Amino acid sequence: MSKMLSTILKNLFTKPATRKYPFEKRPNMKNSRGKITFDQSKCDHCGDCERICPAGAIKVLEKEKKIEYDPFRCIYCWVCAEHCLQKAIKAEEQYAPPAYNKTKLNFTPK
Amino acid sequence: MSHRTVVPFGPQHPVLPEPIQLKLVCEGEKVIEVLPNIGYIHRGIEKGGEIKDFQQTLHLIERTCGICSFMHALAYAQGIEEMLKMEVPPRAKYLRVAWAELSRIHSHLLWLGLLADAIGFESLFMQFWKIREVVLDLFELTTGQRVIQSSCIIGGVRRDIDEITAARIKKDLDGVKRSLDELLPVLLEDYSLKTRTVGVGMLSKDQAMVLGAVGPTARASGVRQDLRLLNYLPYDKVGFEPITETAGDSYARALVRTKETYQSIGMVGKALDLAPKGELSVPVQGWPNGEVISRVEQPRGEVFYFIKGNNTRNLERLKIRTPTFANIPTLLVMMPGITMADVPVVVLSIDPCISCTER
Repeated sequence: MSKMLSTILKNLFTKPATRKYPFEKRPNMKNSRGKITFDQSKCDHCGDCERICPAGAIKVLEKEKKIEYDPFRCIYCWVCAEHCLQKAIKAEEQYAPPAYNKTKLNFTPK
Repeated sequence: MSHRTVVPFGPQHPVLPEPIQLKLVCEGEKVIEVLPNIGYIHRGIEKGGEIKDFQQTLHLIERTCGICSFMHALAYAQGIEEMLKMEVPPRAKYLRVAWAELSRIHSHLLWLGLLADAIGFESLFMQFWKIREVVLDLFELTTGQRVIQSSCIIGGVRRDIDEITAARIKKDLDGVKRSLDELLPVLLEDYSLKTRTVGVGMLSKDQAMVLGAVGPTARASGVRQDLRLLNYLPYDKVGFEPITETAGDSYARALVRTKETYQSIGMVGKALDLAPKGELSVPVQGWPNGEVISRVEQPRGEVFYFIKGNNTRNLERLKIRTPTFANIPTLLVMMPGITMADVPVVVLSIDPCISCTER
């Protein structure tokens, strides 16, 4: 107990180590692996991302020029973003938001 | 013969973060015999590794363990690199040392917190986990994610650590060291911790050898066995020396882990200083063929990978033996003779990771 006294006093006179989360958010670290989106103006529907995805979260429909992406299968490894030759996959630092239902996202040309 | 009772300990128990059942045969308060029983959390990772492409499997392998995920990826990548006869660039090797040792610091801090929690010292548990947050933040800064780093790939590493980040890592780890200097005497010189760990859960050197103990469990019994001596990464350059204790009780296992934490903090700094400039990875060419055994020293001990390829993109067989699997038999000699109240601390002293064990 006596040995912990310095730690106790330090904790007493400093701010809490935790944040009041929903009101005060920690900024994301640089290059933190967050959500991914597909830029349809650049995509040529080659299907490289579909073949390389370890989780099978991406489905490229070449004829319909559509991409089906399942954010709840995605493991956010960014392998697709690093391998895309057209740089059509935009990777952000912000993590994906939580949701009530597991829905797939469709990306179609505008 | 007095009356014997069988008390089930687990699979759900406050001190066990993961499900393992120990059937304790007791005579009153005293444990006479113990029967470990696993099989509650099997996930089929080995079979999963045969279904996907060998490069995609890497991301599955990382999910074997939430604490040593980098080390699992490292062991797998080393095996495939040996099969494909790839030469990993020197910078990647040093960065791998840095991340592997950061994992070790993270794992040992987690364990020290759990030890404090197991003896009912909640506030100290919180303090250790507060320090651990610093290491997790460093992981996010350097690799992109806190737990599943995905920074080790076949042929090298994915991301570089620049000089500014390296300076921050060293500064933050100095802070970790200072906090540890303050906190460790509280844990290690505590009267109640000593009464519950010194001389409890004894494992002699011979028993450790016979039962095939690995990692800190074996080293606390005086077995000088550490895979880092084999220099699968440049450990000889960063000042590695295996840490051993001779007492063989729960307290010695705690001491080994605390000393390793300090040593790892030094090794991270040295690896970042010594890392030569250059390439980060080499491209993967060809498909794995033949059989290979890859071993890596994890925070809990030696992990063993057997990989068999048949010149296709899928592996034919993948076998993982994690350190906890090798350490569970030691419980059979540690537990008889102790009281019921000491069981949680002794189980914890081998640092069990059951999800790893069952893959």
